Amino acid sequence: MARYLARRLITLVGIVIIISIGAFYLIHLLPGDPATVILGTGDSPQNRARLYAQLGLNRPIIEQYFVWMKNVLHGNLGTSFISQVPVWTTIRAALPIDLEMIVLSQILSFAVAIPLAMSSAKRPDSWFDRFLGAFSFTMLSIPAFILVVVLVLVVAIKLAIPHTGVSSYVPLTQDWVTNLESMALPSVVLAIGSVTVYYRVLRSDLIATLQQEYITLARSKGISQRRILWRHALRPSSVALLGTAGVNIGGLLAGGFIVQYLLDIPGLGYTLVNSIGLSDYLVVQGIVLVVSVGVIVINFVFDFFITLVDPRIARE
Amino acid sequence: MSSSLELSELVEEATETADGRRLGVLFWVCVGWLALNLLAAILANVLPLENPLTQNYNAINAGPSLHHLFGTDDLGRDIFSRVVFGSRVSIEAGLGSMVIGFGVGAPLGMLAAYRRGRFDQVLTVLMYVVLAFPAIIATIAILSFWTPRTLLKIIVVIGVAAIPLVYRVIRTATLAVATQDFVVAAKVQGASDTRILVRELLPNVAPIAVSFLLIGVATVVTLEGSLAFLGLSVAPPTPSWGNMINESRTILQLNPWLALFPSAAMCLFLLSLNFIGDRLRTHFDVSEGKL
Repeated sequence: MARYLARRLITLVGIVIIISIGAFYLIHLLPGDPATVILGTGDSPQNRARLYAQLGLNRPIIEQYFVWMKNVLHGNLGTSFISQVPVWTTIRAALPIDLEMIVLSQILSFAVAIPLAMSSAKRPDSWFDRFLGAFSFTMLSIPAFILVVVLVLVVAIKLAIPHTGVSSYVPLTQDWVTNLESMALPSVVLAIGSVTVYYRVLRSDLIATLQQEYITLARSKGISQRRILWRHALRPSSVALLGTAGVNIGGLLAGGFIVQYLLDIPGLGYTLVNSIGLSDYLVVQGIVLVVSVGVIVINFVFDFFITLVDPRIARE
Repeated sequence: MSSSLELSELVEEATETADGRRLGVLFWVCVGWLALNLLAAILANVLPLENPLTQNYNAINAGPSLHHLFGTDDLGRDIFSRVVFGSRVSIEAGLGSMVIGFGVGAPLGMLAAYRRGRFDQVLTVLMYVVLAFPAIIATIAILSFWTPRTLLKIIVVIGVAAIPLVYRVIRTATLAVATQDFVVAAKVQGASDTRILVRELLPNVAPIAVSFLLIGVATVVTLEGSLAFLGLSVAPPTPSWGNMINESRTILQLNPWLALFPSAAMCLFLLSLNFIGDRLRTHFDVSEGKL
């Protein structure tokens, strides 16, 4: 197990290094002078001189990467030429909001998806199963931005429930009750997407598991259906679920921007979109780097969960 | 004894094909709907539609009527016409980027799975590294700094981002086929690599490829919508479903039709694509079909 994880960790470091190269050279993929792009509207002789000194733009491109990487490893992602705020300060303020959104939506998703998948798998092809199958399929085809528009119209405008509309975000540190109210709508939108995926994956694996002989044995011993599902069938059925969750949560970190943007929640996605609007290149680059690494770390953590659920995978 | 066993197997197989593996009515409804969308998008110029850009200040934010089937928007433009013309952007973006993604990713994936060895290893590691890079963010970042934006650039960026995904799916699908007896038999008979790839492997990988292609188009259509919300899709006044839904946000209470029709068009389009893709996948996946 330790060896398996160590090997995974080495691959992880390798990928992070390559991603950092990608994030760094992103600027050179774009046409035009990098300095002009980075400075954007902050293009003045003083800033230009500061930028050249900071990034070593006079030096060879390979050396530039090492200068940049050394700074990154010291937690220095540069200082925005537009807001004059260090990029890392901006990211540190936004990241907890993404994490809260993801945690809330995932608690909600698992709490809904697991019981639903079990009820479906108990009697495959029953009317309940068919209905859920069709319903989850429909929900899967509704883009998040349409859900947001509809939910804002219904919940915030028609039903006029307070703290659910656009721009109602309140920081957790200020008032946690209002904060939870304002995070409810985005979390539900993200959860709807997750539930449909988790439900479908877990359902089909549970059906396969429930056909195993040890389940028949457990049934013949008179163990209750509920106990069989939760204690005997869930764990061996959850390998694919955990893998999917890892990928999905990574996707939420990278793809949550549209929900944040539409509801004015100042997380990383919102900051990213704003920075793009301001052509604040360094902030965009910093967020790309942080999110990429975040996605990889999340996948690694879920790979670890999988080895806990099924240690055979690590022994292979 | 042995013949009766064979017979029962044959019967079982036949009944399975007869009722267990039919595509179903809904499948054909979805195919029909997609065909209708495609046809309308191609023929939009010929069809008796109002010009999607013509502004009519005598009919602003009008509800649906015989004159304007879906009503008009805040500039008096015909929503029905804009929904039809807007489908072009979604369809072009979806198909265009998938042409790039499959054009590069599919041959590489098949070749890697067939050849194995060093070629496969290097390519697979490379693709997985690219996959680790969050494609959505990279797409947004590149599109936002690569001005002026055109539909072609959007297609190229999304298409390139799709290559490693296509590669992974096609490689896995080919791997499952490449080790089977009939491929080995073809090799033993002295068939050329090209022949094996085209005549033996391709027909078996194609169904999975088609189902993934449809789901890929659906993903790109959704992505175009997201990009429109960020102002990164085609520039107004060109209609696209994403642009229309985005523009409707500010006057949601005043004119809900403006949000409803493009949203419904997009959802039905996505639903059809996903449904057909999913059905094809289960239809050709024997192991899951047995469940």
